[in-house]
Amino acid sequence: MILQSAVSIQIGIVVAYLLLALGVGLVAYRLTDRTAEDYYLASRTLGTVVLLFTTFATLLSAFTFFAGPNIAYGNGPEWILVMGLMDGVIFGVLWYVVGYKQWLVGKAHGYVTLGEMLGDRFGSPLLRGLVAGVSLFWLFPYVMLQQVGAGGALSALTEGAVPYWAGAGLITGFMIVYVVLSGMRGVAWTDTLQGLFMLTMVWAAFVWVLSAVGGVGAATDAIASSNPEFLSLGGGVYSPQWMLSQAIGIAFGVAMFPQVNQRFFVADSEKVLKRTMALWPIVVLLLFVPAFMLGAWAAGLGVPMPESGNILPGLLAEYTPTWFAALVVAGAMAAMMSSSDSMLLSGSSYFTRDLYRPFVNADASERREDLIARIGVAVFATLAFLASLYNPPSLFVIGDTAFGGFAQLAPPVIVALYWSRTTLWGMLAGILGSQLFYTVTTFTPPAGETTTVLGVVVPGVMETFGGWSSSVVGMVVGLVLVVGVSLVTDASVAERPSVLAGPTDD
Amino acid sequence: MPNRTSSFAWGVILFVLMALAIPWFLWDRSAVVAGLPVWLWWHIGWMVLASVVFAVFTRRGWGVWMGGWSA
Repeated sequence: MILQSAVSIQIGIVVAYLLLALGVGLVAYRLTDRTAEDYYLASRTLGTVVLLFTTFATLLSAFTFFAGPNIAYGNGPEWILVMGLMDGVIFGVLWYVVGYKQWLVGKAHGYVTLGEMLGDRFGSPLLRGLVAGVSLFWLFPYVMLQQVGAGGALSALTEGAVPYWAGAGLITGFMIVYVVLSGMRGVAWTDTLQGLFMLTMVWAAFVWVLSAVGGVGAATDAIASSNPEFLSLGGGVYSPQWMLSQAIGIAFGVAMFPQVNQRFFVADSEKVLKRTMALWPIVVLLLFVPAFMLGAWAAGLGVPMPESGNILPGLLAEYTPTWFAALVVAGAMAAMMSSSDSMLLSGSSYFTRDLYRPFVNADASERREDLIARIGVAVFATLAFLASLYNPPSLFVIGDTAFGGFAQLAPPVIVALYWSRTTLWGMLAGILGSQLFYTVTTFTPPAGETTTVLGVVVPGVMETFGGWSSSVVGMVVGLVLVVGVSLVTDASVAERPSVLAGPTDD
Repeated sequence: MPNRTSSFAWGVILFVLMALAIPWFLWDRSAVVAGLPVWLWWHIGWMVLASVVFAVFTRRGWGVWMGGWSA
């Protein structure tokens, strides 16, 4: 009986969220012009709170509730420091170094995507298509993973009453409707609600659990007696190289993720960018310290890992009423949606702006591009949903390593933004070389082992380099290639360094 | 327009902000103060400091390194 009411509360919360998102989408739809710039970028008019939360909710939603606390539960809470360096500081600096510069350039030239900006600067539709192609390669499986997660969570939530395919299908359908209708404005608004909801839930859970176990001191004492190594900085997986590799690799990857990179173009004014930058470390602090400490305390309190494989729901089930645990779990699921909707929108824009327009129909009108964009969202979501039904292991691996794949784009992009001697050949070498390095080191088995793919024996290649991840080493490879090749090649006639160098550079 | 000195100074400041976000000098230390490990208190203080430094940067340093865009 209790179980049944818990399930109905959970379903009620999920349905309420879906309807709320749809309502927000409809309001945003009424305010939307029928142009691609408005659809993708809300005509570059987002304010501080909305920009902050849409970037934040887009990025870290499901991770905050599930993967992050799991890491703290298994390995100790030092991951908080990795997140602080990664998202609080490095991403804050990139927010200025990459984000502000892209915002300036985008505003002056009307760019909507990263590929469009680079293609125009280097006079190369090929480069434009390459950036979009590489991005979509890593993005598609990542979207699929969100659907796998949401479908699985809904199925676990309802004890199998809603089967996996129906859960994933329902969520995909709702997302298609409100993303197709409302574009960036609707996505940003739902993300803002989502972000505020997440913050509230994390703090409510934090206070609730701590008061149940007798306060911070008692909870930490429990860790000291059960897992004393958790309290000392470092140890286990936490080596300096590993912590830095994670923080650097993911922070740069985040800045190149389409749905985040595109947000660099959407700020209303410099004031919005400035305020967001200053608030960034505070939001990181407020969200991750309580969420990840709950994971670490769960280990100290001896909470067993539940069958779902996520510790936070297990901890909440132990110390809070059913309805509250249900609310947090349902919120986490909705959070997965808020990541997916933004990725769908950006994926569609990369496809229409950088592949469809330059290579298929260069003369498409604004109106037509807007239509193609909306169709693109539906097609992208449907394909990812179909892929998620099969959940092929190869796609799973690609999605899981997507941050590193995106991080490889960062060195060429940053060099291009700041060094006017960068050439097209340098860009192509930097992007292709680092992608090749990263995919080979990541997708082949560890050194010394072999695997057989389609009858071909693939030898193992090393995956870490003195403790540094192949993601960070690949970025160095990309940096060396883009600078080195640019130095020994000449700019082609179609290149326009002034696009990025700015109006008053001489 | 920002000058060379402020471009360099901000580079150093932002680098230090990144370099010490993880308190390397507390490595292997497990002292607990007021219910939390000391390194976690460092993190809390450092994030607040980062926010303040970013806020000052947006007032004083905004526009550095932007080349032809900063006029």
